Amino acid sequence: MSLIKVTELSCGYEREPVISGLTFKVDRGDYLCIVGENGSGKTTLMKTLLGLIPPLSGTIETGDGLTRTGIGYLPQRTAVQQDFPASCAEIVRSGFQGRKKPFSFLTKEEKQQADAVMDRLGIRNLAGKCFRELSGGQMQRVLLARALCATETLLLLDEPVAGLDPDAAKEMYAAVSTLHKEGIAVIMITHDIDAALQYATHILHVGETVFFDTKACYATHPGKPEPAEKKEVLS
Amino acid sequence: MIEKLAAYLSYPFVRYALIVGVLISLCSAMLGVVLVLKRFSFIGDGLSHVAFGAIAVAAVLGLSNRMLVVLPVTVVSAVLLLRTGQNAKIKGDAAIAMLSVGALAFGYLLMHLFSTSANISGDVCSTLFGSTSILTLTKREVWLCVILSLAVIAVFILFYGRIFAVTFDEDFARATGIRTKRYQLLIAVTIAVIVVLAMNLVGSLLISALVIFPALSAMRLFKSFRSVTVCAAVLSVVCATLGILISILAGTPVGSTVVAVDAAAFGLCCLIRVSRG
Repeated sequence: MSLIKVTELSCGYEREPVISGLTFKVDRGDYLCIVGENGSGKTTLMKTLLGLIPPLSGTIETGDGLTRTGIGYLPQRTAVQQDFPASCAEIVRSGFQGRKKPFSFLTKEEKQQADAVMDRLGIRNLAGKCFRELSGGQMQRVLLARALCATETLLLLDEPVAGLDPDAAKEMYAAVSTLHKEGIAVIMITHDIDAALQYATHILHVGETVFFDTKACYATHPGKPEPAEKKEVLS
Repeated sequence: MIEKLAAYLSYPFVRYALIVGVLISLCSAMLGVVLVLKRFSFIGDGLSHVAFGAIAVAAVLGLSNRMLVVLPVTVVSAVLLLRTGQNAKIKGDAAIAMLSVGALAFGYLLMHLFSTSANISGDVCSTLFGSTSILTLTKREVWLCVILSLAVIAVFILFYGRIFAVTFDEDFARATGIRTKRYQLLIAVTIAVIVVLAMNLVGSLLISALVIFPALSAMRLFKSFRSVTVCAAVLSVVCATLGILISILAGTPVGSTVVAVDAAAFGLCCLIRVSRG
């Protein structure tokens, strides 16, 4: 059973499909990059996967121990957050909230776990710092740590390097790559085809042509593959 | 001066005013942090005008317990306003502006047409600016206020983790399984309760000040959500107590004095931030 299996999915807002007839799956150990032009519906697809907007048709099944709410999500940063008075530790720990009962407070184990996650991403020294005073790269790491508090299985990253300078982007990719090697499956939306080809195991191209395959196959059809060459890898 | 104060404190209505003032300022400051951060500051303002309209209706109907009309009407408006705020098609700020001035005009019109009192402008003025109402509280109103305030504080503490998660990042909270709509509703109802309570202290025009000033002041000084919330609550209680005492000693209107103290505290916090560099 795959972690996520998407079958004949159409998604969009108000019955206007942005993407339709999409079929793909993500297994443990996969690193899937979703690429496509602006406005091709990458973010809409991600929101549908997360259950933030309902699918127009088709199914999204989760399995292999993953539930729909057990996905760690790294959203694009919002204007509200840039000016939010919160310490990094508070933000990282808020990743546990979805797993907890409403009235319960954080346990000692959870606080230690949050510290361990921050260690893992090398941001323990930022714990007491104010989120709005961090650099873009540091903010992304803090939000990545929060996502790790919400999952051990699958991360969904929405343009994780948007607005970062090249060095910070490189560090971000390296951090995600390390997590992937440690056994976490990754789905990442990106504009950056080079990075996708460097790190991903699978590539999903959305837009006028829809293409889902392993990286090796994508490389032989760079850019937009012809519909005739579209491959079905699901069996 | 201290003797004069002690003499005043021996009157029950002064003690009631202090108890209610402290509780209301505490609640409004805590929720104020959430409202300011969620960019909902204007909602307190809109709701207070709705509450003014509701009071006018209650007065015209000749109800002895006005809370029975004001509280439900305000709660329903709060829920509606937060809903429209989420809907991109209807401009949330326009809806609020419309509702708030509409309720204000309608309320005054009703009071004017059907008033049983000889002194309409006095009635309107005290509803808008709360000039005397906090000093005329009955024991029952004080108890109601105490119970509702404690409920608001309990809700805030029990759901603290959730409230933080939903305020900081609603999409993430929803994606990880938190039912964010419920918390929106909870926040809406709580704001409505606070607005209705705060009308006693500062009147309906000045409520927003009680919600916004302490939160903004605390944000000048502190950098974590918890410390901002605690600081806003403490600052608000101190300012309300000071304001009430000054107004008693100097014979100034309670509501505007409290707000003036809050504004002064905000100025002070800005200065401290600037001096820190």
